[in-house]
Amino acid sequence: MIDKVEIQKPWREQSPKRVATAISPALIPILVASILVKTTGLDGKLGFVFSWVLASTVTIVIWPVVIKKRASRGDLFMQTSVVFAGGIFLGAVAWLFQSVLAPGLRAFRFSLLVKDAATVGVDTPLDQGGLLHAILGSLVIVGLATLISVPFGILAALYITEVRGRLVPFTRFFIQAMSGVPSIVAGLFIYAALIVSKVLPFTGLTGSLALAILMLPTVARTAEEVIRLVPDELRYAALALGGTQMRTVLQVVLPSARTGLITATILGIARVAGETAPLLLTAFGSNTTNLNPFSGTMATLPWYIFTQMTLGTENDVARAWVAALVLMVIVAMFFVLARTLGKSKMARR
Amino acid sequence: MSNNSPEREEVSIPAISVDRSASLGSSAQEALNDQGAPVAQHGAREMEAQNLHIWFGNNLVLEKVDLVFPANTVTALIGPSGCGKSTFIRTLNRMHELIPTAALAGKVLLDGRDIYSPDVDVTQIRLKVGMVFQKPNPFPAMSIRDNVLSGLRLAKLPAGDKESLVEECLTRAGLWTEVKDRLSEPALALSGGQQQRLCIARALAVKPEVLLMDEPCSALDPGSTLKIEDTISYLSDSITIIIVTHNMQQAARVSDYTAFFLAQYGEPGRVVEHTTTSQIFSRPKDPRTESYITGKFG
Repeated sequence: MIDKVEIQKPWREQSPKRVATAISPALIPILVASILVKTTGLDGKLGFVFSWVLASTVTIVIWPVVIKKRASRGDLFMQTSVVFAGGIFLGAVAWLFQSVLAPGLRAFRFSLLVKDAATVGVDTPLDQGGLLHAILGSLVIVGLATLISVPFGILAALYITEVRGRLVPFTRFFIQAMSGVPSIVAGLFIYAALIVSKVLPFTGLTGSLALAILMLPTVARTAEEVIRLVPDELRYAALALGGTQMRTVLQVVLPSARTGLITATILGIARVAGETAPLLLTAFGSNTTNLNPFSGTMATLPWYIFTQMTLGTENDVARAWVAALVLMVIVAMFFVLARTLGKSKMARR
Repeated sequence: MSNNSPEREEVSIPAISVDRSASLGSSAQEALNDQGAPVAQHGAREMEAQNLHIWFGNNLVLEKVDLVFPANTVTALIGPSGCGKSTFIRTLNRMHELIPTAALAGKVLLDGRDIYSPDVDVTQIRLKVGMVFQKPNPFPAMSIRDNVLSGLRLAKLPAGDKESLVEECLTRAGLWTEVKDRLSEPALALSGGQQQRLCIARALAVKPEVLLMDEPCSALDPGSTLKIEDTISYLSDSITIIIVTHNMQQAARVSDYTAFFLAQYGEPGRVVEHTTTSQIFSRPKDPRTESYITGKFG
């Protein structure tokens, strides 16, 4: 007869002393900062943040020295630093989300999503008109930019990883240089090369071309990294089965890197979805819905946010916040989509 | 590594029983040169290396290799690590040239024709000379079925009846009964030994004349190893097999001929002895062969 043994996780048990050691470095700076704000000339939110940062820094350095033996001081120091850094980062992101989402949600009306701004003047009430034209314009322009840049980006990555030709260093160099191009310069390039020289008028297409220039390096670099992760053994196996290099790449290398290539695409989209400056010079903007990227100017969400904010009246600014909210939701949806598409049937065990 | 314990020696020789020469094909029987090295017939499914020298950069790694692999036989390549066995078999299906610094002199004949002559299509050579690698490398993005059929798609061969081909190849690789109910599952869901047999099935699907195996069992447990050895014996009725192995017992169990490679310090690798497996394990001519197969070094 064997006694039934309960499932246990002894390493989860924490003594009160260890809990105190872990939590104190977070509490001490808050306490110190509060006391400082109450008792000294430092005042308000800014004073609190300032004294908190100061107190945190001191605590991170002093706390390990006070509490631990020499040998494990470094360990505790790193632990607290990492937790503080993570906390500050999370706080910043949460703050950002809150400050965009709160005014956006306050002004949100469903009608804003289904009407365009054809009848909207300065300071029209929020329940008239909407930003449908900007949402659709953004989707069309970014979608077209994706169609243009992803094939080129993946081909460039394949040149570097598979063909391994003589121009690889130059290709790499230009991709890196391109990723440093300021977005307005990409817009200016399209403006000067195509619009001023009367090759194309202001259209959605010119906007897409400007965005494609910005997407290309992101897509190419990410694609290069993920294709490089495909083990050479798979390439050898495919070649040993009588595959040509092209079929090896198409049937083995690219499918094996599928998840990563989708990530590369989404990163490219995220890179350009919020671009405003190049679109001002190329797609220009519009108050009506235009779904044809080949004729007529087009509105986009970032452009809409920019113009509404500059109008400055209460209702226009409120619309801008809603547009910012919608833009964030769309980008978030792309990330979710990437995750779902990326989970291929074969990758699951 | 030297191992002079009496235990090891005792295990090495008597445990090896060689009884395969009876099962040799007729052409192989004719090729037997007084129980010695095989002689070239220049027939179908026969491979031959003539005066082969192999370099990486300026570094000569194999010198003057002359080996004949008669049709429908199993040849084991043995020898200590770093003596060039793997490099050698990679020259037999032109995988050697994928390494940028690779170089080669001499001839490799398949069916009596040089596979390195300029007018030869390299993909056709790799179709005829299949390869199984040391580490199982099924395609992760494909199902078990698609892995078996991948060679047809890669080489753009007409598929014919796919289902019966999948069954035939998996059966010949000794995997059919284990996977027949889950052919559409991902290949990575299989265990290491199953993956390796899947790789053998994949190589068989394109109907190769010769199958190269580079230490196919080095990463496998004894059970899977045994299954793969059964597969090898079974396959050797219809194709020529060249297998690199570090396992003396395995060489003795599965092969008809054995070639012993050795690279002495600072020198390129050479073939020290190449003869029937029974002879090399019972009466090796070269003392270095004897000390290697009895476990005195390597």
